[in-house]
Amino acid sequence: MDTIQSWINVLFRPQLLIATSILALLGFCRYRKFCTQNKFMSAAILGFPLAFFAVSALEENFWIQFKRPDNVPISFMLWFVVFFIWLAMKKGVENDDRIAEGRPVYEAEPEEEEKVFVWPDLVYTELLCVLLISIMLVAWSILIPAPLEEPANPQLTPNPSKAPWYFLGLQEILVYFDPWLAGVLIPTFIVIGLMAIPYIDPNPKGNGYYTFAERRYEIFIFLFGFVILWVLLIFQGTFLRGPNWNFYGPYEYWDVHKVVPLTNVNLSEFIWARLLGVGMPSFWLVREIFGLLLLGLYFFALPVLFAKTLWKKFYLQMGLIPYVLGSDLMLWMLLVPIKMYLRWTLNLKYFVAIPEFFFNI
Amino acid sequence: MMGRLKGWFSDFTRTPVWKSVFRHKMPKDPKNRALAVLTNVFLHLHPVRMRKQGLRISYTWCMGGVSFFLFLSLTVTGILLMFYYRPTAQHAYPDMLDLMESATLGLMREMHRWAGHLMVITVWLHMLRVFLTGSYKPPREFNWVIGVVLLVLTLLFSFTGYLLPWDQLAMWAVTVGSNMARASPGLGVEGPGSQLMAVGGVPLITAGSDVRFVLLGGRFVGEGALLRFYVLHCIGIPFIFVMLLATHFWRIRRDGGISGPGKGGPMAM
Ligand code: HEM
Repeated sequence: MDTIQSWINVLFRPQLLIATSILALLGFCRYRKFCTQNKFMSAAILGFPLAFFAVSALEENFWIQFKRPDNVPISFMLWFVVFFIWLAMKKGVENDDRIAEGRPVYEAEPEEEEKVFVWPDLVYTELLCVLLISIMLVAWSILIPAPLEEPANPQLTPNPSKAPWYFLGLQEILVYFDPWLAGVLIPTFIVIGLMAIPYIDPNPKGNGYYTFAERRYEIFIFLFGFVILWVLLIFQGTFLRGPNWNFYGPYEYWDVHKVVPLTNVNLSEFIWARLLGVGMPSFWLVREIFGLLLLGLYFFALPVLFAKTLWKKFYLQMGLIPYVLGSDLMLWMLLVPIKMYLRWTLNLKYFVAIPEFFFNI
Repeated sequence: MMGRLKGWFSDFTRTPVWKSVFRHKMPKDPKNRALAVLTNVFLHLHPVRMRKQGLRISYTWCMGGVSFFLFLSLTVTGILLMFYYRPTAQHAYPDMLDLMESATLGLMREMHRWAGHLMVITVWLHMLRVFLTGSYKPPREFNWVIGVVLLVLTLLFSFTGYLLPWDQLAMWAVTVGSNMARASPGLGVEGPGSQLMAVGGVPLITAGSDVRFVLLGGRFVGEGALLRFYVLHCIGIPFIFVMLLATHFWRIRRDGGISGPGKGGPMAM
């Protein structure tokens, strides 16, 4: 039992968790038909999270985190995200088959196109929803009291200090990026990126019905951002980050004295000190020139290169400005997992470190 | 028994009092069903008729509707909470204790908190379904943008409310969150570029004048922040939110109702 638990603890290390989740998402999209039309596979996808939580709840350390009142909605959310993505994919796959056979999609069936009166049809549905939600909310409120801790005390910092749960994905990114990026720029980019979606998506298909085949890139990119970089990181920040923001497995005791060595190195040190064996130049521009070049290439040369090769199709469809905006926002999104994995493999601290101007990337 | 109850009820529906409230009978034919929606202040944001598909819970997941209902519940419970709560460092925490221990029907705090968490989740799921049905595509682009603003406001609602219990959880969660503002490029003391904001060698951006100070009304999360967050939570954000919500709903209609295949531009009703 103990060995199984310690194995699962290892599997939940961020390095592995993020990689397996990305693979799972890819696999789900690739084998979507099997995952949504096969009964056993569907049952496994929907049942596994439930079973995992149910069995894990028996374990003492897991239970401590699981039963915190503020964490209850997060567990619900995790399952609902899985469920709804599965449902949408199921309907998408069915429609894709119809399209392939030259039939109208389900949403365009004459029966679905039929017009009904809002009174009573919609008003009743709304009433039912309202009743259901009210009952659930009252029951939940009776069962689980809202938490209230000790009175606020500016002298006493709790360990760990966590942001509200919906920002824990960003707090997780804070491990790898400085606050001006993780706390200000990246959230701004998320909001701008979301708003820009309708204007940079050149694909006119898939408007008003579920599909995957007709919109595979858009859907995969969106799910990657939403599931991996938002929901998964929230899960990690909530259940797997303990005192000193150290990582703890789901069955691990949150030991305040756990020490994790920090030996992170900047890119400039790698190159000047380790590779070239000379001292660090004192002028910041010279010192950081490699990192600046690297990021310059990443953000400016890559989009141009891709526009001529791999993404030529998108460039032509989208036009210049939407393409530049879209590709740079996507590169920012990718920078997050890239930097995480560089930290875990090479202990990279910053690509560019100019503490003189609080400018570290 | 049932028969007699029904009889009483129909007698009652013939009284002048009843007729003054409900001007019409339960609508059963098309014309009156249309009128029922058009002439009712609460229903008239709806269209009169809609495509059957828009009704399907498997299509919309009902998540927009649920978010809206949670918002209404939050308004009601929030108003009740305001009766008991004073946003000062001296009173806030004891008011919380009183509220939990001695207020009649002391579920308001629970309902407000859980509905708040839930609304964040349902809004995300609503966005997910709008994305997966491609409903942000023309002509609904701008309604998606309004939706994103509503999402941000929902998070701000929740964030400003998080501070109000004035316990350790509240104070430190908001401290962690608002520390980020210190690093805003150009506008926070520790943000890149803020040293450049100086006039004649006198820095404009200091710990006493950066965005974090504006947000918190002080150098740390103290009484000034409590008051600011309270006002934003109860007045400022709701004000903007309700206006945008009305626009969001109105545009759903103007854009031709719930999205569906083969429907292009706006169509009447
Ligand atoms: C803050 C809370 C929000 C509320 C209360 C709300 C409410 C609603 C409601 C009631 C509908 C009708 C259909 C349905 O229930 O799905 C709807 C549709 C829509 N919402 Fe929202 N919404 C919110 C946030 C958002 C967000 C975050 C987005 C996107 C980023 C968004 C974009 C849209 C769009 C594009 C439609 C039209 C969908 C269609 O025609 O199929 N909304 N909203």
